[in-house]
Amino acid sequence: MSSPSPGRTLVFKILRHNPQDPTSEPHVARFELEEYEGMTLFIALNEIRERFAPDLQFDFVCRAGICGSCGMVINGRPGLACRTLTSTLAPEITLAPLPVFKLIADLSVDTGEWMRGMSERLETWIHEQTPVDLHAVEERMEPELAEAIYELDRCIECGCCIAACGTARMREDFVGAVGLNKIARFRLDPRDARDDGDFYDLIGDDDGVFGCMSLLGCHDICPKELPLQTQIAFLRRKMVRVS
Amino acid sequence: MKIVYTDVLVIGGGLAGLRTAVGVKQRGFDTIVLSLVPAKRSHSAAAQGGMQASLGHSAMGAGDNEDVHFEDTVKGSDWGADQRVARMFTHVAPKAIRELAGWGVPWNRVSQGEREAVINAERVVITESAKAHGLITARDFGGTRKWRTCYTSDGTGHAMLFALGDQSIAHGIPVMERMEALALIHEGGRCYGAVVRNLVTGELSAFLARATTIATGGYGRIYKVSTNAVICEGTGTAIALETGVAELGNMEAVQFHPTAIVPAGILTTEGCRGDGGILRDVKGHRFMPDYEREKRELASRDVVSRRMTEHMRKGLAVQSPYGDHLWLDITVLGREHVHKNLREVTDICRYFLGMDPAEDWIPVRPTQHYSMGGIRTDHRGESTTLKGLFACGEAACWDMHGFNRLGGNSVAETVVAGMIVSEFIADFCAGSESDINLSTGLVREFVEREQAGLDGLLNSSNGESASAIRSRMEEIMIEQVGIFRTGSELESAVEELEQLLERSRRLSVRNRVPGANPELVAAYRLPKMLKLALCAALGARQRTESRGAHYREDFPQRNDRDWLNRSITTWPSAEATLPRLDYESIEVGDMELPPGFRGYGTRDHIDHPHSDQRHRQIEQILKAVDPNDRYARQAALMPFEHLLPEKYRPRSQRLEIKT
Repeated sequence: MSSPSPGRTLVFKILRHNPQDPTSEPHVARFELEEYEGMTLFIALNEIRERFAPDLQFDFVCRAGICGSCGMVINGRPGLACRTLTSTLAPEITLAPLPVFKLIADLSVDTGEWMRGMSERLETWIHEQTPVDLHAVEERMEPELAEAIYELDRCIECGCCIAACGTARMREDFVGAVGLNKIARFRLDPRDARDDGDFYDLIGDDDGVFGCMSLLGCHDICPKELPLQTQIAFLRRKMVRVS
Repeated sequence: MKIVYTDVLVIGGGLAGLRTAVGVKQRGFDTIVLSLVPAKRSHSAAAQGGMQASLGHSAMGAGDNEDVHFEDTVKGSDWGADQRVARMFTHVAPKAIRELAGWGVPWNRVSQGEREAVINAERVVITESAKAHGLITARDFGGTRKWRTCYTSDGTGHAMLFALGDQSIAHGIPVMERMEALALIHEGGRCYGAVVRNLVTGELSAFLARATTIATGGYGRIYKVSTNAVICEGTGTAIALETGVAELGNMEAVQFHPTAIVPAGILTTEGCRGDGGILRDVKGHRFMPDYEREKRELASRDVVSRRMTEHMRKGLAVQSPYGDHLWLDITVLGREHVHKNLREVTDICRYFLGMDPAEDWIPVRPTQHYSMGGIRTDHRGESTTLKGLFACGEAACWDMHGFNRLGGNSVAETVVAGMIVSEFIADFCAGSESDINLSTGLVREFVEREQAGLDGLLNSSNGESASAIRSRMEEIMIEQVGIFRTGSELESAVEELEQLLERSRRLSVRNRVPGANPELVAAYRLPKMLKLALCAALGARQRTESRGAHYREDFPQRNDRDWLNRSITTWPSAEATLPRLDYESIEVGDMELPPGFRGYGTRDHIDHPHSDQRHRQIEQILKAVDPNDRYARQAALMPFEHLLPEKYRPRSQRLEIKT
């Protein structure tokens, strides 16, 4: 709970623009705050809105690093703002909205529409073999397999991997690490009836697993530390085999 | 004026709302979900530790069934629950968990053979049956007699919400994000939909529907420190209240979770204690066994939170710049367990406290966590007074939690209620009673009224800003309507909240930017939140007893003689500054489990005059029933199966695991 240099003056440089406002021009706004112990970007941004810029837009929901709402570019690196302690940053802090996603205003972007589009395209749900009998004892699953599925199920769709992806910048329809990880997750799940041929139809092209240039930005910044690099490489091998 | 039509309008995109939408869609009705945020960001995602369902497949859950789950739930509620609803819930919970398993939730599984666990701070060996290998396992939670809480590590809500979110996409259900319902459209005791504001463009539109469902969660953010997400401002509950027709139930029943981290107020799951974690004071002493000999750290949340506060008041708290706290020690569980089964907790400690909970103790204190109160509905989820309005999940009071809910029962309630209520909504939509004969003139009136309210805020220049009033409300709630309550403090809370509400009607917004305008959003939500705060404070002031989470220091006993009832609040008129408060009695004569001792907390209550009689009656009834047929015994005391939708009536199978 200790901060290395309490009492610092923090300078925030925030990229601002409100597309709803015809007079708005993108610009960098500068704000100063006195830092105190335990300050996170969630606390700091709320204080800036409260004291200096009541129209400043940003998204926080759980403020606990669980929901993925507050992805933004923090000093050039996508991350979750709510759990970023200012004490871990230099006193000059630059904030910008995640690229690739549609800008709502200031630090708020529309990840929801993007994620829904990706989910519809990749059909990111269990394709049931037979409907579950709700009254009967559940199907068994090996404990280790359940844990392995959960490992990949931990993605919170924050969008940081897309913002950090070279391919996503060049190819509008690239499904990104978030999409490929979902395919890896459903591929692992014996409850899903799809086979590699089906998955190939979904990701067997340059908008899917063959579009990845292995720059590994996604892997480096994933706030949930998902094994994205391994999963993409593994999927690529599997997809080459069925192609 | 833009009007959108659908069969079922669902307000709220968390677990309860999404399950409701999927349910009505499966029955062939059109539905639209409105959500303040992308649905998968809803507060349901923050449920960590797990979901109660009496599968009874883990060794420590052996012998569990609906009867035990029902008893635990009613005792947890301090006899405030509607016992028929508690029965419906416990009956359907195993089906809900199996449905979710089919949709891909990777529930942790039983692993056969010996494994180490920590119980009462001691390492023990548990032997899991080979017969149960691969079935869904469970962990211990507070106030339960069996290990019943099914989980996926400590990201249970996340896994459930993503599975349901993906199901709603699979079903082609439109989820309209960043949309906020500002008012319900209603006439003659019938709800027809809502006036909705787009939180990107700021535009208003009307959504009309045969049935409208509110599933917007709790109202924790009327408190200064809450584990709730910042969107849990209770505005869905408030728009029901503002109809003047719909009733709210038990708004004073507000739960404090024992272990939120200090100072951020972020939850660490009850699973920490369920898995064997303990609470320590400033001297490192484990104090809970001193107060609760039997359940120790695993009494119900209301009891543990009170005991912690009591202990801190004795000067045994740890003092910090952020106020007093105690320690949660999970180092006893071992590094592997903490990092694998409590990984969200590990992450939270790492990022917000800069420490590793496998190494060091976590600073915690009781923090506002759950709203037992909400929109009063019948067992079908329909408002008792406003036809066509349904509610489910934390936003509703149907009422399975009474005055205290058990950990693991709320995330279970979201999906169970969604399953049950969606069937009743579909039945309603299938009949002619859901026909709409509505003039668009009325719709226009409602939209124009809301627009005028927003314009008023934007065009007045000499009003106050919302933030100071809001801060004061939050302080009043935590200081005077908190864990320990007294008549005089509640009196002053009601008085001051009333003044704040009057002031909140003269706000102005300085910023006139197009689009969502966060300052405007804060301003129009404030009077809604204040009304909920007043319902809670007034209900607490009038309730001169202690029941569940509602604890009056000046009336420390549970008083079944005078207070075995539900507080019902309505809002009399737009100009009113206080809610109208009525009571709905809870009949002892109908109870399967008449009031008694909970098994934890103080053994000290004032009996209801009919309690003894009901106990004797139950003895008599049971004499005539086969002692080995638990279903027949239950049915003889309080039949409930006929209340369920037909598809959920069959019994749930489980393997009988021997200990």
